[in-house]
Amino acid sequence: MHDMSAHAVHHGAPTSFIRKHIFSLDHKVIGKQYYALALVAVVVGMVLSWLMRLHLGFANFAIPGLHLLSKNGAPGDIMTPEYYLQLMTMHGTIMVFFVLTTAPFAAFGNFFLPIQTGAEDMPFPHFNMMSFWVTFTGFLFLVASFFVSDGPTLGGWTQYAPLSAVGAVSGPGQGTGVVLWAFSIAFFCVGQLFGSLNFITTTLDMRCKGMSLMRLPLSAWAWFITSIMGLTAFAVLMPAVILLILDHVAGTSFFVSSNLVINDQVLPHSGGSTLLWQHLFWFFGHPEVYIAIIPGMGIVSHILITNMRRPMLSHRVLIYSMGALAVLSYMVYGHHMFVSGMNPVSSLAFSFPTLVITIPSTIIVLIWLGSLYGSKLRINTASLFGLGFISMFISGGVSGFFLAQPSIDILLHATYFVVGHFHLVMAVAAIFGIFGGTYFWFPKMTGRMMNESLGKLHFWLTFVGAYLIFMPFHYLGIAGNVRRYQAFVDDYLIPLIPVHKFITVAALATGAVQLIFIYNLIYSRFWGAPAPDNPWQGTSLEWSTATPPPHNNFGDKMPVVYHDPYQYSVEGASSDFIMQTSPEPVHSADEEK
Amino acid sequence: MATVVHEPPKMDVDRLPSQGSGNGGWRNLVPASGGLRKVQDASPPPASTGIWVALASITMTFAAFTSALVVRQGGAPDWQHMTLPPILYLNTVVIIGSSFTLEIARRRIAAFMGGLHEHADKPLRWLYITLSLGLLFVAGQILAWRELVSQGLRFATNISYSFFYVLTIAHALHVSGGLGGLVRVISKFNNRTLKRSTLDATSRYWHFMGVLWVYLLVLLWMKL
Ligand code: HEM
Ligand SMILES: [Cu+2]
Repeated sequence: MHDMSAHAVHHGAPTSFIRKHIFSLDHKVIGKQYYALALVAVVVGMVLSWLMRLHLGFANFAIPGLHLLSKNGAPGDIMTPEYYLQLMTMHGTIMVFFVLTTAPFAAFGNFFLPIQTGAEDMPFPHFNMMSFWVTFTGFLFLVASFFVSDGPTLGGWTQYAPLSAVGAVSGPGQGTGVVLWAFSIAFFCVGQLFGSLNFITTTLDMRCKGMSLMRLPLSAWAWFITSIMGLTAFAVLMPAVILLILDHVAGTSFFVSSNLVINDQVLPHSGGSTLLWQHLFWFFGHPEVYIAIIPGMGIVSHILITNMRRPMLSHRVLIYSMGALAVLSYMVYGHHMFVSGMNPVSSLAFSFPTLVITIPSTIIVLIWLGSLYGSKLRINTASLFGLGFISMFISGGVSGFFLAQPSIDILLHATYFVVGHFHLVMAVAAIFGIFGGTYFWFPKMTGRMMNESLGKLHFWLTFVGAYLIFMPFHYLGIAGNVRRYQAFVDDYLIPLIPVHKFITVAALATGAVQLIFIYNLIYSRFWGAPAPDNPWQGTSLEWSTATPPPHNNFGDKMPVVYHDPYQYSVEGASSDFIMQTSPEPVHSADEEK
Repeated sequence: MATVVHEPPKMDVDRLPSQGSGNGGWRNLVPASGGLRKVQDASPPPASTGIWVALASITMTFAAFTSALVVRQGGAPDWQHMTLPPILYLNTVVIIGSSFTLEIARRRIAAFMGGLHEHADKPLRWLYITLSLGLLFVAGQILAWRELVSQGLRFATNISYSFFYVLTIAHALHVSGGLGGLVRVISKFNNRTLKRSTLDATSRYWHFMGVLWVYLLVLLWMKL
């Protein structure tokens, strides 16, 4: 008696085009599909940010052709205030969900987690396939909202109630737009829950012979920890958006209070709790930012170790710290709500763990810096992006210390200071993790090398550009510039307009630089130099299989693991690295501990 | 140092189902070379782990609904007390009963798989009974909703009804998933492709649905 379905390991290589490339059960294809989705999404999100920046830097700037996207939103090609907010909401939602979650976690995780654990596939391949297609459906719902009559929602990616829950009276896009948004997020949640289920089970059950948990590379650990967070966080966001949808379509009053008057209309709702939404949202939202960044931490550690030719100062402490981030991130969500009128004692109760969570972050950073110190780091595009990630994470993290304190946050909340903070620490850092992972793993994924010179050029221009864009945000915030304003007309804001102009120019230029990356990606995919199996002399399992890996990852030889993941520069070894699959003995203190 | 040749993958098709699946049993044993850390981590078949993972996430979802209910009720001026439709108590008996019948089925199938029983029809009968009880439960829930609707008590009548519908419908949808699982178990049993871990996972899910329902009933009874 023997069941095929729960076992990826049994499914044979597909033959038809559809099973191979579209409805594929192969985690590697699904990983690439997620990557492609993230790529499309990031291009859309970036174009939206350019539109926003043009509008902010150059008031009433006519963007040729914009009226084609929305007749009402941009009459005469000039963005209306509402349309600015609609584009901003789409930008935030697309970036946070469909880029920062899909690329580092779902894309790279799908492709490499099974390989790094020595599995032939994920344990539930049908769920895995659905995970992608449900997520993709979510993306379509979101994009569809551009094309409904009054456009997408303008409520911001946080979609605060009550305005998100009352329907079209509260502005364009607040009816159908919100409902489409909420469905999109609900689909996304389902997709990521399926994905997390597979990730967790793969890590726990599918490891190959000899692969103990502590022998997993740091990237695998990061995906594992992230999937546990995904499993709990998306399971909370999902009921939240369901209740939001019901407030729209079933006339319930979960989030809308009594006697609310909007646009001179008394709304029929009663007794709802506007704060309830914030609680549910941020209980998901804070873990979500770590869902976006922890995979990057793992990827970057993995890349740096390979290029330093030595392990991190402590493998275990790094893993425990990532675990601590995951646990603590559920206890800090109230720091997004310091000004929501919560009891000052609660503020304090949320402020404390928020300060505590900087400890594991600092430990992680110190381990990176301490390990890098004195190492002979190979400089290539992947390792540069690794360094860039650390730089961004530190720069963006430092402002977190300020925001963690209610007394300071009262001033800085909802200003550009916050926008600067999360763009550096989450957006740019995670994007650098994605870039690093791409340059590092592209050979394994496609069988071809990327162009290093273009890669380095891409790195330096993006690195400088990102700082030019996002550092001034902090200054704006301290000067009192509130976020989500679409024009700067108050006396105290007018002197800041030159800064906005500067940011806009920097954003357009840095955006243009990304064309180098896209070109490199496409060119290398077809015409890059053929990649060897182990181009970076890595030790983990993805480097011990063919490039690109065969359908069942390891061909007819299942790997057997003999070592901790990072045996570099081992004394007395025959080369400067010993692969996990190499039976060569290691007599280092490291291995015995 | 003895060189250990990489082993070809082993698919133990003939292994007894109780010993787990695919690669579970032999993975993570100590490799042959000396001096290495002892790695002893016999992994269970994925379905048995996966089901706990899935249940954890369902638990989170209902915990979120519960805290929404508590927050929304606290300080709400508009909360109306509601009387639960009596048929719910009957449904409770039905779903608890189905857990017992499923447990009987599970044990008999285990015995059958272990070769203690000659005939497959007896365990199958208990599976069908479980399936019918499950369907009866869902039908009973539908009756409860219809009863409320016929009294004019709809989704938006009052927030307590909103929560009632949300929680019971969410639960019923999960139960329907469990029914799908039971159908799958039956068809696999008929094809002789049923694995012990699939059976165990399905029944854990089903028992969990029963426990969840009792929890919801108490919650609704106390709060609404
Ligand atoms: C070219 C680079 C980028 C520029 C110029 C840019 C610009 C902006 C601007 C102007 C806002 C709106 C500020 C406001 O009025 O509140 C914003 C918000 C936001 N951005 Fe970016 N952004 C960029 C890249 C990214 C990336 C890569 C991500 C994430 C992957 C991201 C995530 C967000 C989020 C989450 C918000 C908040 C949206 C909201 O609060 O509704 N951004 N960005
Ligand atoms: Cu936070």
